[in-house]
Amino acid sequence: MYVAVKGGERAIDNAHDWLAQERRGDPAVPELSVAQIREQMKLAVNRVMAEGSLYDPDLAALAIKQAQGDLIEAVFLIRAYRTTLPRFAASRPVETADMVVDRRISATFKDLPGGQVLGPTFDYTHRLLDFTLMAEAEGCDTGPEQGTPEPAIPVPHVTQFLNRDGLIEEAPHSDDPPPDLTREPLELPADRALRLQAITRGDEGFILSMAYSTQRGYGRTHAFVGELRIGKVAVTVDIPELGFAVEIGEINLTECETVNQFKGSRTEPPQFTRGYGLVFGQSERKSIAMSLVDRALRWNELGEDFTGSPAQDEEFVLSHCDNIQATGFLEHIKLPHYVDFQAELELVRRLRSEAQSQQEAAE
Amino acid sequence: MDDLQEPRKGWMSLLAKAPPQKLAALMPDLPEHALLRAPEIGAVMVQGRTGGTGAPFNLGEMTVTRCSVRLECGTVGHAWVQGRDKTHARRAALADALMQTPAAAEVATRVLAPLQAEAAQARSTRAAKAATTKVDFFTMVRGEDK
Repeated sequence: MYVAVKGGERAIDNAHDWLAQERRGDPAVPELSVAQIREQMKLAVNRVMAEGSLYDPDLAALAIKQAQGDLIEAVFLIRAYRTTLPRFAASRPVETADMVVDRRISATFKDLPGGQVLGPTFDYTHRLLDFTLMAEAEGCDTGPEQGTPEPAIPVPHVTQFLNRDGLIEEAPHSDDPPPDLTREPLELPADRALRLQAITRGDEGFILSMAYSTQRGYGRTHAFVGELRIGKVAVTVDIPELGFAVEIGEINLTECETVNQFKGSRTEPPQFTRGYGLVFGQSERKSIAMSLVDRALRWNELGEDFTGSPAQDEEFVLSHCDNIQATGFLEHIKLPHYVDFQAELELVRRLRSEAQSQQEAAE
Repeated sequence: MDDLQEPRKGWMSLLAKAPPQKLAALMPDLPEHALLRAPEIGAVMVQGRTGGTGAPFNLGEMTVTRCSVRLECGTVGHAWVQGRDKTHARRAALADALMQTPAAAEVATRVLAPLQAEAAQARSTRAAKAATTKVDFFTMVRGEDK
């Protein structure tokens, strides 16, 4: 039974007005602009783009402002907006081998063509609060060494080197159109393409914990970071009205490829296997985590044993990694359930009175 | 038309990637034109490849604005540009059309060349910054080497 209840309108309006006031905070403090968030809260913007599954730094910054910095709320706003956009086309798959890298490191090879490029990283910082950032006149220091301008040369993928000796599994090229979980409801078992789509837009915290659980032994995959790269790639689209493909823009991506120890199985020879992570923006933690979870979920196709670990269980991972789905279901229980609860109340009262009368009868 | 295809890919891509304000500054006055398709905001699903080289998968969407125009002479120009800036798409479509007319040489020098220079500059500055963070490994001299 559903009973429509009215009467909350004025309270809701007032609550929203107050929300707007709270968002603004102390009017004596200058208001944040969307451009400031976009430029100075870049990693939050990246996260909202990745989990919102829409690459648009301005919109992600706006969503963060509107959500008062609640990133899951911001992701929700982006997801809602995304559904209003007509889909013009699918791009050609981006060529990460041609990425103009800001950062590119390998944990498996010290000396590799293109070198270890640290880029703008938090690694090697001491994680001490920098109180100069709090001072009014922010230390406008000299910035990094400029270096001599040089042509941006693409650097080869690390896994190529292992591929040459047949020591690592191939990623066979194909052009099969991938399934799209924004168009078709998720169905299990899912193929790898669908899993990757779900994980790349999944909640960073969830994916991180799943990946961590594999490192602690729940579906261990013995991963090394073969390569981690962050940088810009061109997005190429076949333009229907022209009949040829054009690069219509550039996006920042983080790509992680793990090299995993593999003793061989019933179906595969001993060789290194691979896990893959690719995420919008500079999202290093997420992309490493993604590649670990991707690898753990591949147990079946590699003929490994299912140990019952959560990270190996695609139903568990794929059904719970989306923070908008999770938030929606979690938070709906705070909304009026008066009728449901009334029914529960009736039931408990009846059971109690029955129990009581039975007890009295027994005495 | 086919000889035009390669250069056209190049200028369309340059116009699409140009910062909208910069393009507006370089093309303040728009020629007379009709809109065949008014600037329209939508999305393109960006695909990646498993392992960088394998089967494609859907990575997520990006915002895109497209526009088609016809100049008075009848030449048609198209644009697909990243983001949601309608004036960007319109200018890019107009520049695409103009590049197929006798005005091409002028547009190339006045609009495309500065955009090209700026893009190249931005790329090489960033590459130089990245190069300064490249690690130079060296081995400590050990006693027995002396």
